[in-house]
Amino acid sequence: MTLANSEAAGQPRVGLFATCLVDLFRPSVGFASAKLLQQAGCEVHVPVAQTCCGQPAYNTGDRADTREIAEQVIEAFEEFDFVVAPSGSCASMLKKHYPGLFKGDAKWEERAQRFSDKCHELISFLTDVMMVRDTGAALEAKVTYHDSCSGLRELGIKQQPRKLLGNVDGVKMHEMKDSDVCCGFGGTFCVKYSDVSNAIVTKKVDNIDASGAELLLAGDLGCLMNMAGKLKRQGSDVEVRHVAEVLAGMTSQPPIAGSGK
Amino acid sequence: MELTAKHFKANASKALVDAQLQKALGNVEKGFIGKRQKSVDALPEFDALRDSSRDIKNHVLEHLDLYLEEYEAKVTASGGIVHWAETAEDARRIVLAICKKANARTVTKGKSMITEEIALNDHLEANGIEPVETDLGEYIIQLRGEHPSHIIAPAVHLNKEQVESDFRRVHTHLPEGRDLSEPVSLLSEAREVLRQRYFAADVGITGANFLVAETGSSVIVTNEGNGDLTQTLGKVHVVVASIEKIVPTLEDTSQILRVLARSATGQDMSVYTTFSTGPKRHEDPDGPDEYHVVLLDNGRSEMIGTEYQDMLRCIRCGACMNHCPVYHVVGGHAYGSVYPGPMGAVLTPSLNGIEETGQLPNASTFCGRCEEVCPMRIPLPKMMRHWREREFERNLTPSVARYGLKFWAFFAKRPKLYRFAASFGIPILSVLGGSTRRFRSMPMAGGWTRYRDLPAPEGRTFQQQWAQRETLKQEAKQ
Ligand code: SF4
Repeated sequence: MTLANSEAAGQPRVGLFATCLVDLFRPSVGFASAKLLQQAGCEVHVPVAQTCCGQPAYNTGDRADTREIAEQVIEAFEEFDFVVAPSGSCASMLKKHYPGLFKGDAKWEERAQRFSDKCHELISFLTDVMMVRDTGAALEAKVTYHDSCSGLRELGIKQQPRKLLGNVDGVKMHEMKDSDVCCGFGGTFCVKYSDVSNAIVTKKVDNIDASGAELLLAGDLGCLMNMAGKLKRQGSDVEVRHVAEVLAGMTSQPPIAGSGK
Repeated sequence: MELTAKHFKANASKALVDAQLQKALGNVEKGFIGKRQKSVDALPEFDALRDSSRDIKNHVLEHLDLYLEEYEAKVTASGGIVHWAETAEDARRIVLAICKKANARTVTKGKSMITEEIALNDHLEANGIEPVETDLGEYIIQLRGEHPSHIIAPAVHLNKEQVESDFRRVHTHLPEGRDLSEPVSLLSEAREVLRQRYFAADVGITGANFLVAETGSSVIVTNEGNGDLTQTLGKVHVVVASIEKIVPTLEDTSQILRVLARSATGQDMSVYTTFSTGPKRHEDPDGPDEYHVVLLDNGRSEMIGTEYQDMLRCIRCGACMNHCPVYHVVGGHAYGSVYPGPMGAVLTPSLNGIEETGQLPNASTFCGRCEEVCPMRIPLPKMMRHWREREFERNLTPSVARYGLKFWAFFAKRPKLYRFAASFGIPILSVLGGSTRRFRSMPMAGGWTRYRDLPAPEGRTFQQQWAQRETLKQEAKQ
């Protein structure tokens, strides 16, 4: 399905919130997301007035800057039926944390709430809103899946990616131990407390290696870059991709942090 | 104990290379998590009990003054005495006065975090009174001159070899050839030694898991029975408890008890749950002659009505630290405060001020596992974020982080400028990534590349490529 023929059909108009890491580091995730959304029958738009969801400021305690960024995001995406982000943590920021920023503000409170109601993480949007069961992709691979914290605990994303992956021809799941334990990324945490972060990601990488999988997937680029960086530093052969790339059948780009040791 | 929270980073780095500690911490993960899950799975109404426990405590906190008054009246009616302590110092002074009046030489203590909070042991010792810890874990760390590293398992940072050598060092009156290779033999030796201490003690000091307003009772839960002996064998029983321990009724208490042990140790109930109401009555076969309650505020009433009020629901089960990935790798001592882990990261700044303790609410990945398991549904990450906000407002955030953030925010708030800068920087970085598609080191990114490679950007930014694709599509249409 292409954009051209979807415009006519009165399909949901989706604003793709690309996330700063996808925009800067991994555009293929943006294209995979757009493809999956279009396949599901959405009309996809990518507003140019987006930079980041504001999490670095929010989690550093800088509410003023966070609010300015949030206003900018709300304005840029307000016109769409849905706002979709290929990241549990950014989607949760938009959906769960934005409204709180405007509490008690007569002009913005309701507006932020209406915006929040339209926001979704990509995979759960596909399965829970667009009722997608099978993306039609195929890939011969032993795969393991890391449950990123915000998606898992703030948005309840656990079975959705596994269901879709289960219908990808050739994919075999190798669940790792403690797949739902943090990888130690934590945004700025990983550089502010690099020793501690390293200890946490080291355990994660051991579990990944022990799973027998050859490909690690997750729904958050931050965690993926953290785990990929550590896997490569340890000399592991395990390759790393965003789950959307596999579901969209777009795996021609080299994996995150390259392949090989 | 001395507050060293501001050295969290250094403390943590030391802990990370301490092989003994790392081995012991492995047991926290293995032991507590699976047991909790099993007992939770076996109780279908667990989540409903969490909700009602939360509601009970919220209700109390809304009317704390009334319940405290009711509680005091009931304690007095049963022959006990309530002492109000606004600060840690007040509490120390009150306890010492009670001990002096009883001519106490030794006091036995049941495990109590609150007496750690007010540094009671040091104060008693300085005044010629010997405090003896009777909880096995507390006893061990007292022998070592240490502090608890966990709120329910104070010696969880130690392994049995360390305990064995401490016992051999201190219990010199016992035969050298005795077998201390098993936890059981260690336990019975401690029991043996402590038995004498119970009988010798003039005063028994315990904490309280709950204070029941309806009856004026204090409630303690233990697995060793040491709390019972502490509070019944001495002539005087002193309960030291903080004001938020109040629950309205016995019925409420029994509800919260059902989530407490399951969250803490995966037990349905702790082995001993003991209610004490006043001193020994005429017809009682045993019990203390005097019953005192020292009610400590120490900053808690200041939390009421603020964004930190929810923290006062905490029942000290330790589940948050048992599930915290940061606690798992650094242990409790790294936090440098009485209360470690996620609950400490919120409570310690409330008690000690954010100036000295700012590291604690920052040292979290916000993974949310603590909140997920907290039986009282305390939104721990949210409250840590509030502390970061207070820190930021008051210019206490470290300047590198502050300026770095301001620099980033300047661009984040100006999409055009951001796009422009990214459209140059990112492709260059991508080319520099070469064929490996990653960097081993990168100037200014040492925090990242010291331990991990940095993935290289794929190529031009998504926005650049998307815009180009859209333009091509438009052209194709025309
Ligand atoms: S914060 Fe919650 S999980 Fe942590 S000790 Fe308190 S009640 Fe238990």
